Amino acid sequence: MIRVQREDFDIGAEIEALTGGNREVGAVASFVGVTRADAGGGPAITAMTLEHYPAMTERQLADIEAEACRRWDLTASLIVHRYGRLEPGDRIVLVVTAAPHRRAALDACAFLIDWLKTKAPFWKREETEAGARWVAARAADDRAAERWRDAE
Amino acid sequence: MTLLYFAWVREQIGRDAEEIALPADVRTVAALLEWLKGRGGGYARALEDLSVVRVAVNQEFAAPDRAVSDGDEVALFPPVTGGARP
Repeated sequence: MIRVQREDFDIGAEIEALTGGNREVGAVASFVGVTRADAGGGPAITAMTLEHYPAMTERQLADIEAEACRRWDLTASLIVHRYGRLEPGDRIVLVVTAAPHRRAALDACAFLIDWLKTKAPFWKREETEAGARWVAARAADDRAAERWRDAE
Repeated sequence: MTLLYFAWVREQIGRDAEEIALPADVRTVAALLEWLKGRGGGYARALEDLSVVRVAVNQEFAAPDRAVSDGDEVALFPPVTGGARP
């Protein structure tokens, strides 16, 4: 299941809604991405704005999730991604995977977040005390996603 | 054809969307980018370095040799930077 929204999410409520009462589930893994102030040596980030391409986002996220379901024995999965203006400490993204066994839940969760960062059409504009700038793509994110290609 | 622009591509071109009539000799993504670049101004600036421009045709990432036609929705944007930084 995919949701793109401006509002914050409640992690406990999301996990309960996804897996509550499902007796097939033996393991639930989650990843929460949080906005941070650290700009890697530059001026501290005071806020950032996430822009996205709604029609493509839904399609890419649905494709990424379908791929995870093909690779692992998952009972349920959820991606919630926020857009709009966020401040340090704000949650940005939630990935939840549920499976009968822990390995599938953990691996699928890592796969989803790695691919999301390279495939989902989001762009970040960071605000600092020195001004605002668009964040350039990171080669490290591409490498993290490549890891899964090698594993095929 | 509907053209959509995002992030700094949108800022440099100065609009987020437009409708164009595709010239008959423009049949691929690469040819479309060259044609747009030929409009000069913000288009030329935004498309100066194509290594930092990504294209989606009908919401799917598209390579330069991907065919395009008049009914398509084509989006131009920088490489994606979604999610939180790890």
